[in-house]
Amino acid sequence: MSAQANARGRGFRASFLRWYAMFVKELIQLRRDRITFATMIFIPLAQLLLFGYAINTDPRNLPTAVLIQDDSPFVRTFLAAMRASKYFEVTYVAASEAELDHLLLSGKAQFGVQIPANFGRDLMRGERPAILIIADATDPSATSGAVSALQGLTASVFTRDLQGASASLNAKPAPFEVRVHRRYNPAGETRLNIVPGLMGTILTLTMLIFTALSVTREIERGTMESLLSMPINPVEIMLGKIAPYVLIGGLQMGLILGAAYWLFGVPVVGNLTMLIALSVLFIINNLSIGYTFSTIATNQLQAMQMSFFFFLPNLLLSGFMFPFRGMPDWAQVVGEILPLTHYLRIVRGVMLKGATFADLEWDVTAMTLFMLAAMAVAVARFRQTLD
Amino acid sequence: MAIATIPDGDIAIDVAHLTKSFNGRAVVRDLTMQVRKGLIYGFLGPNGSGKTTTLRMLCGLLTPDSGHGTCLGFDILTQAKEIKRHVGYMTQRFSLYADLSIRENLEFVARVHDLPDPRAAAKAAIDRLGLSNRADQLAGELSGGWKQRLALGACILPEPRLLLLDEPTAGVDPKARRDFWDEIHTLANEGLTVLVSTHYMDEAERCHEIAYIAYGDLLAVGTVDEVIAGAHLANWIVTGEGLAELARQLRTLPGVDMVAPFGASLHVVGRDAQKLDDATAELRASGAQVWARGEATLEDVFIDLMGRSKDNFA
Ligand SMILES: Nc1ncnc2c1ncn2[C@@H]1O[C@H](COP(=O)(O)OP(=O)(O)O)[C@@H](O)[C@H]1O
Ligand SMILES: [Mg+2]
Repeated sequence: MSAQANARGRGFRASFLRWYAMFVKELIQLRRDRITFATMIFIPLAQLLLFGYAINTDPRNLPTAVLIQDDSPFVRTFLAAMRASKYFEVTYVAASEAELDHLLLSGKAQFGVQIPANFGRDLMRGERPAILIIADATDPSATSGAVSALQGLTASVFTRDLQGASASLNAKPAPFEVRVHRRYNPAGETRLNIVPGLMGTILTLTMLIFTALSVTREIERGTMESLLSMPINPVEIMLGKIAPYVLIGGLQMGLILGAAYWLFGVPVVGNLTMLIALSVLFIINNLSIGYTFSTIATNQLQAMQMSFFFFLPNLLLSGFMFPFRGMPDWAQVVGEILPLTHYLRIVRGVMLKGATFADLEWDVTAMTLFMLAAMAVAVARFRQTLD
Repeated sequence: MAIATIPDGDIAIDVAHLTKSFNGRAVVRDLTMQVRKGLIYGFLGPNGSGKTTTLRMLCGLLTPDSGHGTCLGFDILTQAKEIKRHVGYMTQRFSLYADLSIRENLEFVARVHDLPDPRAAAKAAIDRLGLSNRADQLAGELSGGWKQRLALGACILPEPRLLLLDEPTAGVDPKARRDFWDEIHTLANEGLTVLVSTHYMDEAERCHEIAYIAYGDLLAVGTVDEVIAGAHLANWIVTGEGLAELARQLRTLPGVDMVAPFGASLHVVGRDAQKLDDATAELRASGAQVWARGEATLEDVFIDLMGRSKDNFA
């Protein structure tokens, strides 16, 4: 019996079993903890729906300020047509350019419409006068739908007003011009950018938090003393604690991908299998970072704070909030270290542009290095005694 | 696979000069002790005297500042891994998973120890502990006594050679306490060595040998009789009227080291029999109470030891 007991606990098989013990234990605890479990399903869904819809749907009835410097009947027709498009709601009538500017700057109006003096006269003369539309493009997705709807108006809006003698003006090109000024953000990113980006931020936040609590929880509940008195090593503990959340992360990924495809109509142009594989890598990456925080923090609150502290630069400097190439150099350098930056390139690249593995090699390498570094720190930091 | 060789000595625990400080305060000082295999060894001392700290050093959970030693022949400084495989440590505070059931906790332990059939091993432990009809209850919902049983069950599940039990019966009712001790004796009969810390005197009497530690210093070791004899305490037991007044008087006398009421009697204890007898001669002769020679109890000895240690400490 004693020889058998001595042989016990050595080798790869034993190590695997200890990992498995940890994995099963964590899985049971996860299942028991109803609130955490619900949070894990609910957070990503709520985030996706809130962010996704708030940012992505074509907003209607946007507040519009008009500055009318002409008194011809065409003006009323044009404004009526704008309203009929449902995108615009004329909420202000400005008396001067200065007032129009103010309404836009203060954010009271999303659009400014300026109809120049002698618009009606120039139109009748066939001089193709221009209506100036100033769009507050701070949030490009908010205005792009409205702007394109407006472009469509030019051809048909005055068909009825221009009859008889002026009917010839109905011929192409349109009898007047709409000049759109996108203020504050002339580039105007497409809405497709956002849903893949959300997938990255959601996975970052939820995965970070769940493992960030795992070691500190054992310490706070006093179970660490028992655990440490058993023959299980820090690597086995770490991998055993991370593994159940890979499943949860996979579930979240499935939810988000499904919602992106069916609710938001985001295509997957590239290879779906590769996208899933790299997403799992990203999930493990975040779990490792969270776990590392867990080994550094002395209580659960600290671990939470560290997670948020790490999440913030990810949110701001990864290219999710601001276009990456538009950021100052220092921010790009910081961003280049963060896993989310690389994951965003991967997920946008694969979903929208059909990028292949060769295109993403650097991002995969960077993410893997970050993950290994985090795991190494966690194993080194893991306190095997109560000293 | 390499098979570790365990020296076939008689000694399960052999440590010398262990010292541990927290924040510059020595919690265990120069502790040297040996525990023979197959014994139930009681580790006694008041709260905060360093019992838990010592047990943790023995199983590799704390690193001593200085000192050295072996546990089951494994070096406590360098072979913590081996020690963990063969030592069952029951923590003072319940430290299994409250949100796992009894069965799940035991299966976890069985798996971590790489037992051949974890489910069967857990089942056997459940039956042995008489926990069959609670097997699926969450550990956190158990009463104190049942928690203790579960914790002991988890400790002995991997068939350790040494058990370190840290105040296993604190806060448990007398019946459960007795059952617990019966179980420990059964285990010792099967060849297990048990080091158990406690501050109950009656439990000390159920140990083969005891060690008494106070404020970091090991003050006495041996069998209960040896410890009592070694203290050389002289003792009078007084019965009769006016004991409270008598106690007050006695406490002022040189040569009387301890006066303690026990029910209807008063124990009067002195470290030097001659001095004690001289000091009390007058009162004994007065005939107001009945004086009889008594045997010092373990409790007398411990309280005396504690008092002395405190004097040194101050
Ligand atoms: N991790 C620690 N950090 C600081 N002080 C500690 C620590 N562990 C124990 N102590 C102190 O050491 C002393 C002895 O504690 P302990 O060994 O638990 O005594 P016992 O188990 O005999 O009650 C106590 O005063 C306790 O406050
Ligand atoms: Mg203690």
